[in-house]
Amino acid sequence: MLWADKFAFAAALFLMLMLLFAIFGPALLDGVASKQNLRARNAAPFTVERGFLYLLGGDALGRPLLARIIVAAQNTLTIAAGAVAASMVIGSTLGLIAGYAGKTTGEVIMRLADVIMSFPSLLLAVIVLYMLEPSIGNLVLVLAITRIPIYLRTTRAEVLEVRERMFVQAAQVMGASTSRIIFRHILPVILPTLLTIATLDFAFVMLAESALSFLGIGIQPPEVTWGLMVSQGRQYLTNAWWLAFWPGLMIILTTMSLNLLSGWMRVALNPTQRWRLELGGKRNG
Amino acid sequence: MAEHLLEVRDLSVRFHTARGVVNAVNGISWHLDRGETLAILGESGSGKSVSASAIMNLIDCPPGEITSGQILFEGRDLLTLGGEARREINGRRIAMIFQDPLSHLNPVYPVGWQIAEAGMAHGESRHDAYARTLELMRRVGIPEPDAAMKKYPHQFSGGQRQRLMIAMALVLKPDILIADEPTTALDVTVQAEVLSLLEELQEETGMGLLLITHDLGVVAEAADRAVVMQGGRIVETGTPRELYHNAQHPYTRKLLAAAPGKGAMRQADERPAPILQVRGLTKSYGAFTALKCADFDLRAGETLAVVGESGSGKSTVARLILRLEEASGGEALWKGEDLLKKSHRQMAPLRRQLQMVFQDPTQSLAPHMSVFEIISEAWAIHRDILPKARWRARVTELLEQVGLQPEHADRYPHQFSGGQRQRIAIARALALEPELIICDEAVSALDVSIQAQVIDLLGRLRDELGIAFIFIAHDLPVVRDFADRVLVMQKGEIVEQGPVTEIFERPRELYTQRLLAAGLDADPDVQAGRRAARLALAG
Repeated sequence: MLWADKFAFAAALFLMLMLLFAIFGPALLDGVASKQNLRARNAAPFTVERGFLYLLGGDALGRPLLARIIVAAQNTLTIAAGAVAASMVIGSTLGLIAGYAGKTTGEVIMRLADVIMSFPSLLLAVIVLYMLEPSIGNLVLVLAITRIPIYLRTTRAEVLEVRERMFVQAAQVMGASTSRIIFRHILPVILPTLLTIATLDFAFVMLAESALSFLGIGIQPPEVTWGLMVSQGRQYLTNAWWLAFWPGLMIILTTMSLNLLSGWMRVALNPTQRWRLELGGKRNG
Repeated sequence: MAEHLLEVRDLSVRFHTARGVVNAVNGISWHLDRGETLAILGESGSGKSVSASAIMNLIDCPPGEITSGQILFEGRDLLTLGGEARREINGRRIAMIFQDPLSHLNPVYPVGWQIAEAGMAHGESRHDAYARTLELMRRVGIPEPDAAMKKYPHQFSGGQRQRLMIAMALVLKPDILIADEPTTALDVTVQAEVLSLLEELQEETGMGLLLITHDLGVVAEAADRAVVMQGGRIVETGTPRELYHNAQHPYTRKLLAAAPGKGAMRQADERPAPILQVRGLTKSYGAFTALKCADFDLRAGETLAVVGESGSGKSTVARLILRLEEASGGEALWKGEDLLKKSHRQMAPLRRQLQMVFQDPTQSLAPHMSVFEIISEAWAIHRDILPKARWRARVTELLEQVGLQPEHADRYPHQFSGGQRQRIAIARALALEPELIICDEAVSALDVSIQAQVIDLLGRLRDELGIAFIFIAHDLPVVRDFADRVLVMQKGEIVEQGPVTEIFERPRELYTQRLLAAGLDADPDVQAGRRAARLALAG
């Protein structure tokens, strides 16, 4: 069915490649990626005279950009995926509780979300990371906390709507337990929405991480992420655009692929929409 | 040949959909004269609304395509006219009212403004338009028209909203009024009032009325002539009397046979002790009392019908007994145990004895679950009924019992028609082997012939399995064929209860008599009698 949507298929291939980079990249290319070569400072892209690792050019310290992008995939994806997954799981769980439990519990949870939202997320991150050691784990934690309200509020709103639907009442009449109603009847209906938000959030988290790295409280060099590469390359934008361009392109492509894939998934998981894929892309009229 | 006011000749419309080309109507022809009421009768999917949409230029092209035919209005072919000329005719000469008035009135403007707007859009002065609006609102029977002009749509009842829509359609004194299921969403008594209003207005203005409906009763009550449509074709044309007594086409005969309210009524025999005793059941929302002190009994294997208009509290009874809402007072004894005092944990095992079938199967079946999952969920919840290994076999059995195929088990609800979906909902209820099934308007959303099949199915289940039913309906003929005892409700109170023969043949309360007189019968002669009775009661 994935083949039926060519864009989603390409997106899946691209994400698979990124996953391979993330898993094997650091082990294979770590030495090359951090080796300085001052003669290749800001080397222009699209030449292979220094070897194909310099295909995308060299950075300000003459390190091959292609190798660095591959190596950086691991940190970038770990942080982004970790933060998105953690905030989605925590946020939607709290949202389900807030939407389905009684009024008081719901109110308490919503006010907690308000507290998080009323606090500028970057400021919160700065404070937390200033006090804690800047590490991947802490970075994930901070980013996750700031994104929880997004999922929480969406989930709660959807639950409030879905729980009034007839089929939920039908399940109640059959004597279904609360957990059964939530996980079997409500969650499948709102999951597509959550996944769509998560893919969009993926890009936001990558950029937020680069902002923190730029401030010096995120990832510390020599560790590297795409976001950090973008912010490091920013000062050379006028004379060596490729420093910021390639990692930026990777962020865009990853987000876009996730988005395409989630769009496909939304259709594929929905029995009433699935025929669009089974049709095989044929169009009438 | 005399010229007709409106004539449709050999009209064919098809739609290009993802699943291929659908021929909505195929070469249909009919005509409408001044002062005449023509009914187009058909079930859902018969294409009865398509010709009206073509007249009003409401078909989106693409995906729609008018492949052949003419629509002649005073000799001019509407289909070849330009957009500007069409707009000049729409609204001014041909007006339309719809099934659901609430969705056609803008919630943020006062109704007076909305009605006057139609006049002003076609060039009347503000003063004239408002004067005419006032006059029309008085004419369609809105109480205190001066004050009502400034009210918003949500402040009116369903029947009043439909009257407002009629007023809006009449602002420009059209020659033709197209009414697409104008009374389907209304209560029986209100339906009768709206139909007589349309008739009076027609007599005053001499307009042609095109009535699109699925209800044989509406045809018998209001139409001069009727065309019967099936699958995009006209199968028969005639006066209601001809059609009723002398139907030629098998489909028309099938429709007439399916019309409820003709079979023998069930005799209430002495039955065992009651399984459900409801005493003083009350529900209030703040100061508003939805249900006042309801008392009734239900015996094992008995069918109790609860009838009443919308807002009479009949669904509230069901929801309270099943604990979908908490009662404000009273008790409901199920085999001697008070259901209302059970905790949710204590209630769970009892739920398998009490099941419910909802009005709209499209909404009551989870769209993301296959039929197998929907039906077998009952056993996943109550694990002691059936071991998992036997689920598949039992689902097959249940599907066959409700008249579906075993291979339907792996499909999803949206792949079925409305009637089939309701069968799935019934199979789901049966999976728990309940002793009582509450049907909340379970057949109201279905076409007449499908409705008859579902009622047959329920009747068979009742006889085979000895299940008791509480059958909530606003449709009296259906109740007449199916119920043992009837409970009539009005404004949250039970006004009358008794065996079905007594309620239908010797109703004591005025309200019950009014309700019976307002019901529409497919037989034009019976309907004429009802009409006389209705007028007598009103006068």
